[in-house]
Order: sequence, then C-alpha cells, then structure tokens
Amino acid sequence: MTAAISARGLARHFGAVVAVAGIDLDVPCAQIYGFLGPNGSGKSTTIRMLCGLMVPTRGTVTVLGHAVPKESEALRRKLGYMTQRFSLWEDLTVAENLDFMGRVYGLERALRHERMRDRVANYDLAGIVGQRAGTLSGGQRQRLALAAATLHDPELLLLDEPTSAVDPQSRRDFWENLFALVAAGTTILVSTHYMDEAERCHRLAILDRGRIAAEGEPKELVRDIDATVIEIESEDLVAARRALATLPAVRSVAQLGNRLRVLLHCDARDPEGELGAALASHCPDARVERVEASLEDVFVAATRLRKEAETVAERAA
Amino acid sequence: MSWFERLLAISAKEVRQLARDRITVGLIVGIPTIQLLLFGYAINFDVRGVSAAVLDQSRTSLSRRVVADLGATQVLGEIRQAGSERELRELIQRGETNVGIVIAPDLERRVAEGDRAAMQILVDGSQPALENIAEGLSSIPILRRAGTPAASRPVEIVVAYNPDKRTAVQIVPALCGVILTMTMVIFTASAIVRERERGNLELLITTPVTRGQLMAGKLLPYVVIGLIQTTLILTLGYWLFDVPVAGRLIDLYLGALLFIAASLSLGLFISTLAQTQFQAMQMAIVTMLPSILMSGFMFPFEGMPAVAQGIAQVLPLTHFNEIIRGIVLRGASLTDMQPELAKLGVFLAAMLALSIARFRKRLD
Repeated sequence: MTAAISARGLARHFGAVVAVAGIDLDVPCAQIYGFLGPNGSGKSTTIRMLCGLMVPTRGTVTVLGHAVPKESEALRRKLGYMTQRFSLWEDLTVAENLDFMGRVYGLERALRHERMRDRVANYDLAGIVGQRAGTLSGGQRQRLALAAATLHDPELLLLDEPTSAVDPQSRRDFWENLFALVAAGTTILVSTHYMDEAERCHRLAILDRGRIAAEGEPKELVRDIDATVIEIESEDLVAARRALATLPAVRSVAQLGNRLRVLLHCDARDPEGELGAALASHCPDARVERVEASLEDVFVAATRLRKEAETVAERAA
Repeated sequence: MSWFERLLAISAKEVRQLARDRITVGLIVGIPTIQLLLFGYAINFDVRGVSAAVLDQSRTSLSRRVVADLGATQVLGEIRQAGSERELRELIQRGETNVGIVIAPDLERRVAEGDRAAMQILVDGSQPALENIAEGLSSIPILRRAGTPAASRPVEIVVAYNPDKRTAVQIVPALCGVILTMTMVIFTASAIVRERERGNLELLITTPVTRGQLMAGKLLPYVVIGLIQTTLILTLGYWLFDVPVAGRLIDLYLGALLFIAASLSLGLFISTLAQTQFQAMQMAIVTMLPSILMSGFMFPFEGMPAVAQGIAQVLPLTHFNEIIRGIVLRGASLTDMQPELAKLGVFLAAMLALSIARFRKRLD
C-alpha cells in the first residue's frame, strides 16, 4: 500500500507560537484518516501545509507524489479541500456555486453539467439547486461544500472539521457519503473533535499541542491504551472524588451520570483493590469495576497524561 | 479549457454577485449622476450678477457711461443708486449689496490728469471671491481712455475654448476623472479583501486558478462599468451643461480605458495590502483626496508647491485630466497626449506588478 500523504518532521511556527511541532505522517491510499484533537492542537495548520496553503517552517511533505509546497500547483487538480468555515459564495445559488467551481477546475461544459447532475442527485441537493447558499441550513451547506469539493473527482479530499455545524443525522449521512467516496478509491483526511467520528476512521492520529500523541487504527489505540480504566458507582460521588484525589496513581476522573470514570497509570498491580481500599472509609457503598477503554479514554490518556508527565519532568529539571 | 475561460469564470461570478448587490448597482449609476449634478450646478468658479450700488457724485455723461459699461460686463447684476456715501456703506453692511462703487465728483478731471483715483470700489471683504471681481472692475479700460468710444479698447480679453467662462465646461471633463477615481478604486479596493473576509479566498486558492486569472477576472467587469460611467457622465454633461466633445470619441474612450485600468490596478493593489474591507476603504480614501485636491481639478496645477506637483505627477488623475481636457475641450487627439499616456501606462504596469507580487496563493 503506497502512502497518499507522507510527511517528515513537519513543523510550523507563528512567531514564538509553535502550532505544529514536528510530526511524521503516513496516510494510506483509499482510506479515511482522522486527525483527532482539541482546538488549537494544530489540525488546521497541518491540513493547510499539506495542501500548500502554508509553508512549513521545517520538514518535508509529499502528497500524491508531489513535493509540497514546491509542486502545489500540479497537486491542485487532484485535490479537494473543504474548509472549516463555509467558503462557497453565499450570494450565489447552489447551481451557480457548483458551476463556478466546475469552471475553475477546468471541466468542459458537457462534463461539468454531467458531474453537477450527479452530485445534485447523490448529495440530495435537488430541492435547493435554485436557492442561494446563504439561506441554506448547516447540513445543506455541508452537502453543497462536499459536492463542490468532489466535482473534479479528486484523488485526495482534505476535510477540515467538516461536521462542526451540523446535526447528528446530517453527520451520519455525511459519513455515508465519505465511505462511498473511499469505496471509489478516494483518500480522505478528515479532522474532527468528535469521538464518534474518530471511531469511524480507518486510521487515526491524536494531535495534541502540535504533536502526534498517538497513532493507529481506533481498535489498536483502544487495545494498547497506556492506562487502566475503572468505573466507580456510588451514592456520594463527591466524597469518592475527594478520596480519589489523594491517590497518586489516579490520572483523571470524569463523571458520567452516577458513575465516575477513572484513568489510572497502568503500572498499578491491583488497581481495583487499591481504589476499593481508598474508598472504603469515605463511601462504603462504592462499587469498583474495571472496564474496557473507549476512544475517549485513549484521547484523555494521550493528551492529559502526557501533559502531566511533561510538567513533572519540567519540575524535576 | 483555455486560460481565458477560467478568467471569464471569475468575471462571470463577479458580475453575478454585483448584479445581486442592488445598492452597488445603484451606486454605479448614482454616484456619477449625483456628483455631476452637484458639481455642475453648485460649484461655480465664475461670478455673475453680483449686486452693486453706485454713488455717482459726478453725474456727467462720462460717469453714466462708466456705470453702463460696468453693467455690461455681466459680472454685476442690478446696479442700484446710492444717495450718499453713508447710505452706500449701510447697504454693504446689511448685505444688500456686495460691491459699492464711488465715482468722484471731478471724474473727468481725474481721468484726464490720471494722478488720482477717479473711482473707488468698496468690497464686502467677508466674501473672498469678490476681491477678484473688484480687481477686474478696476481695470475697466474706459477710465484710462476717457473720451474715446468703448469699442476701441486697447486691450481685449479673449478666453479661448471657454469663451463664456462657464465653469461647467471645465468641470464636466475633469469630473469624469474624479468620479472614475472614486468608483473604480473603491470597487476594486475591496474586491479581494471581501473574499478573504468571507473565507472564499481560502477555497479559491486551493483551486487551479492562477494569480493572473484571478486578478484579471476580477478587474474585467469593472472596466466595463467604468466605460458605462464615462458614457453616462459625458452624456449628462452634453444634455445638462452643453459640453460637447471637440475631439474624437474613440480617442476619448481609449484614454478613459487606460485611466480606468490604472485606477483599478491601484484599487487592486490596495486590496492586496488591506486585511479587512474597512481598511481597504480607508486606504482608498487616502489615495482619493490627493487625487481630487492635487490633480489640477480644484486648484491650478501651476500654483502648487514643487512637492505637491511631484506628488501630483504620480497620481493617474493628473494625467487623465490633461488627456480628457485636451480631447473634450481643445479637440486634441491621442497622439498629442503621448507623455500623459506613457505615464498612465507606467503607473498601470507598476501597480499590476506590485499586486501580483504581493498576492500569494497562500495563507501565510
């Protein structure tokens, strides 16, 4: 399997701010590759460097065999890009926007019209072709943006947080469309901060403050998580939290309804026993249970735990 | 798909968006019309029908002829008679009269001897333009050539190309340049910034559109708009102010085309400098004021200090004023205007080069 995108030591600084701090990336062809990360983790900057919109401070990028940013222009025809913000023209109709993008991508009239008909049918735009883009709902805008980005049959689609302004049903439909594109051979790189979307990707890179904190298939990431996940059920979760705060092995505590989800360092020998003992005096009703890690746990472990480790290291230094 | 077709795609989109922006469409016609009416009717550099009063202490046939001559200049309107010097001063003070003329009792002797003033002109100094009128009136030749008929005045002033000294004749052609400067620079100054602000540019620059296609495609519709405005101004000028075009129309339009392109390229350059539409507007105004004030539209070019003249040389409007005045008023042809055309061409080339150099298909 050849890589559609490969980057080595990719970094981007904005003055003193380090947005991307040197990442290595290999995105396989005909798959959906996800960037999962909080706001400001460097997702957009990385995507912009991959399509030549920004010049890396350091590092090399090859996209579909083209060195970027040097050969960006040659790459443009093979690339579809959906920006984070809706960036088609709000004062043009759906049909006019598609027609314009088709012309800009150099599609001949007959081919352009054929592709437009096809996208309008596939992306459920038939009822709104004459409507101005500015009056569309979030879901409609997003379908239009995807239609426009795929009009020239790109080999690679870069999607920067495509579903951030869209309801859950539209998100499901959107992902169905992405899988259809992948089945036809398109490579897709998508950034998101939704766990459920990240789980749908073939492969995933968790970005944190400009670095890749973890990388792999979602299942692998869950299996190889660098933490033990425990759930605690109790009537008095406040007391339980207080008790947990004293334990050095506890790395993160999050409440889910009447349960606490606790991440512990995986070097603990008997995590359930340790927690049970600590909780016994404060909230005797506590039930402690070891559970399967989720992708969110992986995300928390990869981002928060690393941050703590760094802080400790800094203090020691 | 040729290079030009992609450019046309940009232009077609621009026109479509423009056509949907009703206010802007209104401004395309509205700005020239309103400006022309305002400037054409309101700004009047020549003064006529100034009210005057005469205190004729001489009451001879010569004094009556002097008064009649003053009336014939048309500068003065109705000339009232004042009974005394005090009455005359009161008339001026109350603003009923702007100019007072006192004719000495011994007018004929003073004229003959020529050593003392035979006539005194009192002017309301609060109105600056009137001083010039007094200046003009005092040189009425009849006072120096007493006794000879008015027809044989030794000095006759002939004003070439605008014998009636009507301001409109000077104003309309110059206004054409001023209005084009205003609209062309402002329209294009925001052209690229608008797309940047709305986020369209980030998408557009990931497409195969080149910088040249983008720039030229954006400018093309405005070139047409500029020519429409030129036509509108000249037509209105002809209908409302009787300003005919002495030279050839083709020369006029070719000159206008070059000037429009130069103004658009200035706007485009501003568009590559500004980050927001608001900044672009302010920069456009900064370039517009010197154009209006220093191009010779408002004040005679020759009267300005050397520094100002140097700045004026950089402004496209200065050269276009020369070109259009030449063609419209003096019937000159483009071959007479080569230096001006060359300067406009240099300006256009420099601005386009700077714009393309400044615009990168990147976000950083």
